[in-house]
Amino acid sequence: MTKPLLLTGGRLVDPTQGLDAVGDLLLVDGKVASVGGRIEGPEGAQTMDCKGLVVSPGMIDVHVHLREPGREDVETVATGAHSAVAGGFTAVAAMPNTKPVTDNQATVGFVKRQGEAAGFARVYPYGAISLGQKGETLAEFGEMVAAGAVAVSDDGKPVENSHLMRTALEYAQTFGIPVVEHCEVMALAHGGSMHEGLVSARLGLKGIPGEAEEIDVMRCILLAKLTGGHIHLCHLSTKGSVDLVKWGKDQGVNVTAEVCSHHISLTDAEVEGYNTNAKMNPPLRTQADVEALQQGLKDGTIDLLVTDHAPHHYDEKEREFADAPNGIVGLETALGVNVTWLLEPGILTLSQLVDRMACLPAKVFHLPGGTLKKGSIADVTVFDPARSWTVDPAQFKSKGRNTPYGGRTLRGRALRTIVGGKIVYELDG
Amino acid sequence: MTILGKDLIGLAGLTREQITGILDVAEPLKEISERAIKKVPTLRGMTVVNLFFEASTRTRISFEFAEKRMSADTVNIAATTSSVSKGETLVDTARNLEAMRIDMVVIRHPNSGAARFLAERIESNVINAGDGTHEHPTQGLLDLLTLRDKLGAIEGKRICICGDVLHSRVARSNIWGLKALGAQVAVCGPRSLLPNAIREMGVEVFDRIEAAIEWADALNILRLQLERMQLGYIPSLREYNRVFGVTRARLEKAPRDLLILHPGPMNRGVEIDSDVADGPHSVILHQVTNGVAVRMAVLYLLAGNKASLADVAKGGPS
Repeated sequence: MTKPLLLTGGRLVDPTQGLDAVGDLLLVDGKVASVGGRIEGPEGAQTMDCKGLVVSPGMIDVHVHLREPGREDVETVATGAHSAVAGGFTAVAAMPNTKPVTDNQATVGFVKRQGEAAGFARVYPYGAISLGQKGETLAEFGEMVAAGAVAVSDDGKPVENSHLMRTALEYAQTFGIPVVEHCEVMALAHGGSMHEGLVSARLGLKGIPGEAEEIDVMRCILLAKLTGGHIHLCHLSTKGSVDLVKWGKDQGVNVTAEVCSHHISLTDAEVEGYNTNAKMNPPLRTQADVEALQQGLKDGTIDLLVTDHAPHHYDEKEREFADAPNGIVGLETALGVNVTWLLEPGILTLSQLVDRMACLPAKVFHLPGGTLKKGSIADVTVFDPARSWTVDPAQFKSKGRNTPYGGRTLRGRALRTIVGGKIVYELDG
Repeated sequence: MTILGKDLIGLAGLTREQITGILDVAEPLKEISERAIKKVPTLRGMTVVNLFFEASTRTRISFEFAEKRMSADTVNIAATTSSVSKGETLVDTARNLEAMRIDMVVIRHPNSGAARFLAERIESNVINAGDGTHEHPTQGLLDLLTLRDKLGAIEGKRICICGDVLHSRVARSNIWGLKALGAQVAVCGPRSLLPNAIREMGVEVFDRIEAAIEWADALNILRLQLERMQLGYIPSLREYNRVFGVTRARLEKAPRDLLILHPGPMNRGVEIDSDVADGPHSVILHQVTNGVAVRMAVLYLLAGNKASLADVAKGGPS
């Protein structure tokens, strides 16, 4: 039995109860026992001084790639979950593009058990939308949900067949899970390795126009409108996509959307010099897109911040740009990037930042946590938004080192991560 | 002043002085190839590897002549006969070569950025002999030298690059080089073969070849890469020739004499008609001759200005 844990004197930030005040937080038996004001700890309670720090609901990243089963050389569920807690995340949702694909109850159950065995962040598996992510036959949503899947996605690939997407949006309603789409029109993106624009023209790299994403965004919104299903749009990267989501929400469509930390901070200029650590899909885009995504987060058009944490072996990135794999690691830099590019310039308030990193992920994906209300699970992130630190990829808990932020100084870092009332990560601890 | 650093990756970012400097070094080197004994000792003892991951006849041979006429020891490696075909990565291939103590690598590679990638990872000088759709700087330089020979000066002259600019490394090197030297640059081709951001690169766009011919002092006609048709960028070679082909009938309407350049190999009857390619305004073979001198100049400059330029020009057989 974990000892009761009393966090004293922190700035409690929990938008689900309109809370932003200095106070104490008591966690007992894996649950929030008391929140706010001065709390007297029960006998034997461990006390943690949080003066000058922010105490928020545990942060949740609903878009990560943990590579297990299949590529345990680049990440495992355990190393990924360790990386998560080192970044302040108490839960992650793992995408199903594993080898074999997580498209059945056995693999879903395996990923879930690996997460439980690791004992770091909670790991919620995704199931695939289609068998083998081939876009042909619907996977067994019901069996996968019973085994622990919280959503379905063919992430990495779009569901190109509109009939299949329509069916998925209808069928998923039985189980109350979102259908999560990686928006991309493959014929338009074909062979592209970065944003299509002046930089790609100069570097001689085939570009991916923003429209390759936006056309699929529009299609998914219309299919959600048709079916009444819940569509959640992955890693939006363009101003056009923000405008379309806004249109969908205005129409009353059940659409939610996420954006990655890298897309609200960096542009395609990072690719100069053929930097493969600036290669991901969707690609880094223009400053106008970055600003539109930031505004989308601010006005609520975009619901969530995610990482799209995608570890690769350094050998795989150490090659010609067009042949290097897509993706960067993000779990251990996301909070710092979000604080540096969203909180510090005043685009988001602290409450809004916590909302988009902790509360709304839980709400949109129907997950436990995302709140400090009495009786909820005791998942808590303690962080210092003013803490300045320099990113050293060699220190990552993730096996991946592929980040464009190496050597940069960020503000904002998680100091303690608490899952189920247990301290699973302490910086300098 | 050092005209070039360790490597020549592209013409983007080179100044007018640097480019003029290379052309000025190339100028006296032309004469070496006209001698009965075509050899100077400038690069004696240096080892140059020609690392070609793509088929090439003209560029590889031009480099090899340039190296041999400067007395370098050369090794040619073609990707199909090397351990690359056994799955070795580019960086491993390069490091293995360097472990054998080489001085320079001339690289041709299908991926944009490959030359720079290599240059950042080995100590040897790297010369880009064409990387993907990025740059082909020695082709750009030999085009500039040819234009300078024929037009006197390049500043203010109007040069139009015609054809598949989207997939052309020659086009990019030409655009940067010409702009650095103060030329007015335009492109002409179907919009499906032009980068969307082409105007942001500071060039004019002509939709019609007739308009380009009316405007230009010189046309640099790119090879239409035949596989583009299969990828659906244009409907047919026949229509391409009908709409964009540089024909004698079209040239006859030009208000002034036009120079005709082509980096080769030509598709006669597609982007260029034979009577234009072989006609009085064609400087295509002059380009090929200049290619050797330009490559000698680049080799010489990268080798570190060890001998003075005057010595090179005067140098006898080794």
